[in-house]
Amino acid sequence: MAPVPIEGVLVLAAVLFTLGFAGVLMRRNIIFILMSIEIMLNAAGLAFVVAGSKWGQPDGQVMFIFILVMAGAEVSVGLALVLRLFHRFRSLDADAAGRMKG
Amino acid sequence: MTDLLWLIPFMPIAGFTVLVLAGSRLPRSVTGTIGTGTVGLSAVVSMLLAAGFGVKGDGYVVTQTLWQWLSVGDFSPRFSLYLDALSLVMVLVITCVGFLIHLYSIGFMKNEEGYSRFFAYMNLFVGSMLVLVLADNLVSLYLGWEGVGLCSYLLIGFWYRDSANGYAARKAFVITRVGDTALAVGLFLLFTNLGTLQIQELMQRAQAEWPAGSKIAVIAAALLLAGAIGKSAQLPLQTWLPDAMAGPTPVSALIHAATMVTAGVYLIARTHVLFTLAPPVQSAIAIIGAATLLLAGLSAFVQRDIKRVLAYSTISQIGYMFLALGVGAWSAALFHFMTHAFFKALLFLGAGAVILAMDHEHDIFKMGGLRSRMPVTFWTFLIGVASLSALPFVTSGFYSKDLILKLAWSSERGSVWLWAAGVAGAFITSLYAFRLLFVVFFGDRLTRAKSDPGISMTAPLVVLAALSVAAGLAALPEPASGRQAIQQFLSGVLPAAHIRDERTPELFLLLIASCASIGGMLAAWLLYVLFPRYAEGLVQTRAGRSVHRLLFTGWGFDRIYDRLFAGPFLWLTRINRDDFIDLVYEGAAWYSGVFHHLLGLTQTGKVRWYAFGIGLGAIITIGIAVFL
Amino acid sequence: MNTPFVIASVVAVVSTLMVITRTNVVHALLYLIVSLLSVSLVFFLLGAPFIAALEIIIYAGAIMVLFVFVVMMLNLGPQSKTQERMWLIPEVWTGPAVLAVILLGELVYIFASTGGITTSGKTVPAGDVGFALFGPYLLGVELASMLLLAGIVGAYHLGRRGNDDEQKEER
Repeated sequence: MAPVPIEGVLVLAAVLFTLGFAGVLMRRNIIFILMSIEIMLNAAGLAFVVAGSKWGQPDGQVMFIFILVMAGAEVSVGLALVLRLFHRFRSLDADAAGRMKG
Repeated sequence: MTDLLWLIPFMPIAGFTVLVLAGSRLPRSVTGTIGTGTVGLSAVVSMLLAAGFGVKGDGYVVTQTLWQWLSVGDFSPRFSLYLDALSLVMVLVITCVGFLIHLYSIGFMKNEEGYSRFFAYMNLFVGSMLVLVLADNLVSLYLGWEGVGLCSYLLIGFWYRDSANGYAARKAFVITRVGDTALAVGLFLLFTNLGTLQIQELMQRAQAEWPAGSKIAVIAAALLLAGAIGKSAQLPLQTWLPDAMAGPTPVSALIHAATMVTAGVYLIARTHVLFTLAPPVQSAIAIIGAATLLLAGLSAFVQRDIKRVLAYSTISQIGYMFLALGVGAWSAALFHFMTHAFFKALLFLGAGAVILAMDHEHDIFKMGGLRSRMPVTFWTFLIGVASLSALPFVTSGFYSKDLILKLAWSSERGSVWLWAAGVAGAFITSLYAFRLLFVVFFGDRLTRAKSDPGISMTAPLVVLAALSVAAGLAALPEPASGRQAIQQFLSGVLPAAHIRDERTPELFLLLIASCASIGGMLAAWLLYVLFPRYAEGLVQTRAGRSVHRLLFTGWGFDRIYDRLFAGPFLWLTRINRDDFIDLVYEGAAWYSGVFHHLLGLTQTGKVRWYAFGIGLGAIITIGIAVFL
Repeated sequence: MNTPFVIASVVAVVSTLMVITRTNVVHALLYLIVSLLSVSLVFFLLGAPFIAALEIIIYAGAIMVLFVFVVMMLNLGPQSKTQERMWLIPEVWTGPAVLAVILLGELVYIFASTGGITTSGKTVPAGDVGFALFGPYLLGVELASMLLLAGIVGAYHLGRRGNDDEQKEER
């Protein structure tokens, strides 16, 4: 397999990360925010894998698996929260939950 | 047997702990039983130990190390108890009289709120005093000393809803604090110079290293004396004691008879080696004692409040003890402490019974003719008064006071003047004591009064009355040495006084002293029973009125202190109210308030706003890491 | 330059851009799946076939299905689309876009300075990853299991209908 230039992959990771970051800031729909967070996590995982690939070691991939696990947990709890939020406010607006009680 | 020593201070403190933690949930009977029972058990243990002493003889000492604080190099302070003949006498008096007062309190405080609080404080009071007298080093002694001061504050202000009581409590606390500070400085001085605070070791080192009359010994002794004066309410720190009457009557009895005020006497007796090394200080003790006993006695003569009469009487009687200490009659002072504890506790408890019967009326001129209504109180009070005025031969007070007067005349440090002051004091004592008795119990009945209180209150009175008479037995001469039993008992700890002249006219002195006390009684009889008009007329004259006012206010010490210390201090605080140091603190408060508002603005509750903050922070951090 | 990598990168960037600009959630999800698939191709090119498979199975499969389920349960009507369009006005997204561009510039500046280094081109087989996971990273695996358990419990608790405080709210 042809070697891939490492800075190319890192720049790709950076672009994906900033796109996710922009998504988090721009969107008010909470589902979009969650998706953007997935993009950011995926980009971070990409950077890990490319670093592991540079040395031919499995550690980068192990880190990606951990990120995957974390993303799974985060999404399940996050989506459950989305459901609750929607039941309470009848809206997916993240700013609607701005008033915290207690 | 001697292993039980730790129980003596432990029991009341354990009682205090239980009452403080669970007191409000316990029924009153249980509270009273715990409070009284713990002190009673301490009394039993101390009697057992005393029995051991009777067998072992004079120089017998019990020590018990409870624990060691820490061990650094060769510095390893331990917490130990030390019991010798001197502390045994103190412990016996404290626990026995303390027990009787607790027993009496069950009846006296029956209808008061704060019942468990009262017994908790009383237990802590007795516990602290026991720590004080059983301490083997001056730091533990100081711990007990401060504990006693704290409890006196709590108990004098027991009825805290009346602000006057709180004021009296603060006054007692602050004025004894003056003496306590001096004592603390004295302890520092002793430690830096002699390198130990273990009392026995300290005394040996002081004797070995300091020549008699050296400057350092005088300063150290003077500082200890200042502490003792504050606690024992001697001139010039006596003003707190009459106001301490604000507390419940059993508290007054405890403060005056068994604990607190006698701590000063104990301290001086305990460190008597130091005082023998400082003759000027010892002379000062004698002069302070003589002056106090006269001034306080005269003040007692004109008081109207039954408890204030007794309060001034206490100051005066402790003046006798100081006089004895000053002339080197250590054991005589202890003897008088013991007899005084019995009869003064008796008088206070009797006064408490009268006050209760009169519905908390304190003015003796509104009483009168209580003799037939309260026979038990009357007869026991009579014994107390007789003992206080040292009526010859039948009362214990006679023997202890006679011993002091004799040694004030004959000891090396004594003089005719000190003796004369003592005799004059004896006359005054007798005068005010019988004035109290005649005004309260004789004459016409002025108001309705209840009869004698219940058995739990009269039993302590009877026991104390018996002790007030029986304590005179301690003055019987020992067949072996010819000295009196109490002197013989204490001889292992306290040296006998040096007699200046062997040819003391003992019989002559005895006669004069007896005449003084009987004369006082007769004068009181004349003034208050036969010709009461005459006494009133005397007060009505112009000179009589001003003298009366001077004596009534306790020689105006309060006003002098107000002018001299309180006034300037208040003036200073007033001009110092808006100082710039406050500006610093207020500025700090203002800035933190502003920052609080600024930070509060960032808390919008919007998730995207927080994400924005995180992103901005990341950008700045990366920027700093990469471009700088 | 490696041609498959360039193609995959371009597809990933374009589809991600579409994800964050769509007004319809389902469309955005489909673009996200495309993006994830192209990233998984990059993984494959980097010599991590196991991770590429996981990316497709778990990310593009399981997690996206979760999103789809939720979207279905929310039952959003056409009015949500107009609302999204209202939310996506320029004054809302210019600020974040500028911030993101700055961040991108910084990251690219860092990564570009590593010029000329290529990956080893060696394939790391799934077995190596497994040995590493259950060797030195065992503690991490345990922690991850705990995290998943917490996620399950949390999601179950939050997802229960008719929770007490909600009823209070309605009353």
